[in-house]
Amino acid sequence: MKLVSQKREKSLDVQQMIADKKKKGLGRKAEKIVPVLLFITAAVSVLTTIGIVFTLIFETVEFFRRVSFLEYITGTEWLPFAGDPSYGVLPLVIGTLKVTGIAIIVAVPLGLAVAIYLSEFASDKVRRLIKPILEVLAGVPTIVYGFFALTFVTPMLQKVFPSLEIFNALSPGIIIGIMILPTIASLSEDALSSVPNAMREGAFGLGSTKFEVALKVVLPAALSGVLASIVLAMSRAIGETMIVSLAGGSTPLFNFDVEGSIQTMTAYIVQVSTGDAGYGTTIYYSIYAVGFTLFIFTLMMNLIAGWISKKFREEY
Amino acid sequence: MVQAIVQEQQQAKKKMQVLKNKQRENVYETNQLNLWYGNNHALKDINLNIQENNVTAIIGPSGCGKSTYLKTLNRMVELVPGVRTTGEINYRQHNILDKGYSVEELRTKVGMVFQKPNPFPKSIYDNIAYGPRIHGIKNKKVLDQIVEQSLRGAAIWDEVKDRLHDNAYGLSGGQQQRVCIARCLAIEPDVILMDEPTSALDPISTLKVEELVQELKENYSIIIVTHNMQQAARISDKTAFFLNGEVIEFDTTDKIFSNPTDKRTEDYVSGRFG
Repeated sequence: MKLVSQKREKSLDVQQMIADKKKKGLGRKAEKIVPVLLFITAAVSVLTTIGIVFTLIFETVEFFRRVSFLEYITGTEWLPFAGDPSYGVLPLVIGTLKVTGIAIIVAVPLGLAVAIYLSEFASDKVRRLIKPILEVLAGVPTIVYGFFALTFVTPMLQKVFPSLEIFNALSPGIIIGIMILPTIASLSEDALSSVPNAMREGAFGLGSTKFEVALKVVLPAALSGVLASIVLAMSRAIGETMIVSLAGGSTPLFNFDVEGSIQTMTAYIVQVSTGDAGYGTTIYYSIYAVGFTLFIFTLMMNLIAGWISKKFREEY
Repeated sequence: MVQAIVQEQQQAKKKMQVLKNKQRENVYETNQLNLWYGNNHALKDINLNIQENNVTAIIGPSGCGKSTYLKTLNRMVELVPGVRTTGEINYRQHNILDKGYSVEELRTKVGMVFQKPNPFPKSIYDNIAYGPRIHGIKNKKVLDQIVEQSLRGAAIWDEVKDRLHDNAYGLSGGQQQRVCIARCLAIEPDVILMDEPTSALDPISTLKVEELVQELKENYSIIIVTHNMQQAARISDKTAFFLNGEVIEFDTTDKIFSNPTDKRTEDYVSGRFG
């Protein structure tokens, strides 16, 4: 078969048509306007962030006019409602860290196991079944989780640990762990399955078992994504409010006991916001200071996530 | 008298020949191998015997089943879902298609080099040490020695000896491919399968890999799939010509390229199609 190129009919002058279109000029204008519009939308989100940070800072500064900064960051008593109030933030920080720590202990091993299973072992059928269920888990409102922790998990745990109080750190910690599990599982699974197949083949070709391939080649190659998912999940755990408000109690204590009542930074803010602290009182300003502290924590988490992504990136 | 001496000499020569042939045992004996991808009959009644310490080239147009056959030799083909096989492939007298045959053990004996260089995203050192490590060799001194030997074996030691702990992805494509060959050599396999190992490389790197293949055949049996007929002619001892999932002709490379028996082989090697 021979290919014959035929001459185009001259009735269709494509170049002329293109030139005509250009003259109308609409395209040119849009070219100039669209970036401006896009810039404005981007600017709105940046400005909102700046606004929030400045509000936090101003009110926090006001708080520190009344309470010494040193007392705030080193004090081990948080008694804002007492006759002689003391504002040492450490009990609240400890409360948050306890809950976050328990959540991470629950979520990281489970989340990673789920991610590795889904990306390396599960058949397509199983993956199609499990992934939506995980996503449902991520979509459950936190208030539901809170009730679940208070009315179901705590009583169950009390059977195992009789000394467990009705409000404690353990139960909300475990439930927050379950709440952030889909974040870790889903993001880690993405990271694992984006490792090119050529790498798995290379490892299989050297006589590795599936488990060795998953653990020694795929996981290290995806490490930055996996660690970033863990840090992101941690910052969600730190910021989680409803579950700890319902099931954690409101007793800020400076100890490492997980069986007794606690109060986290977020739960304190809820307590004051829903109570009747008057505008302009020290208690009112204290929620901004605590909010700012919380902000510093999550900001640090984000910076750590960024640093991890860079530091542990195995380039391929 | 003279005749007797000539006869004796000829007999001795024949004996030598027989001995030589005897020394070269078959690494692979393929009997009536058939393979399907779902309903696609990709390999049809393949019968091939591959000798040790030889370079065996597999040539043929795209989609003829040459890569599939190569991947069947270390059962890598099973990574594709929906693959079925019948027949047998005997590797050193054991049928590797038997259910009981351990793929991990097979792939420890039969290394593979892929079309695109695929080092792990680790340091050059860790790439080479990966194989020995998963098979339980942990001693640092031993590993150091294996890494050096393997990189020397793959003719890349001098280029990387000062940067063993840099990421392998910092190397050029040709160097990466030689690191992959070194990674393969590190577990001292019996056979090395190469799936178009130079198709992603520039001419100079290709030449280096080809020279390397020539050296490696002293100690290893090499089976190489290639698109490039000149390459097959340059480096192989025997050549198999595949077409539409069948072996059309399998003979010494000289014969295939100078005096093929089958018309289709002749058409292909003379560049009339494919």
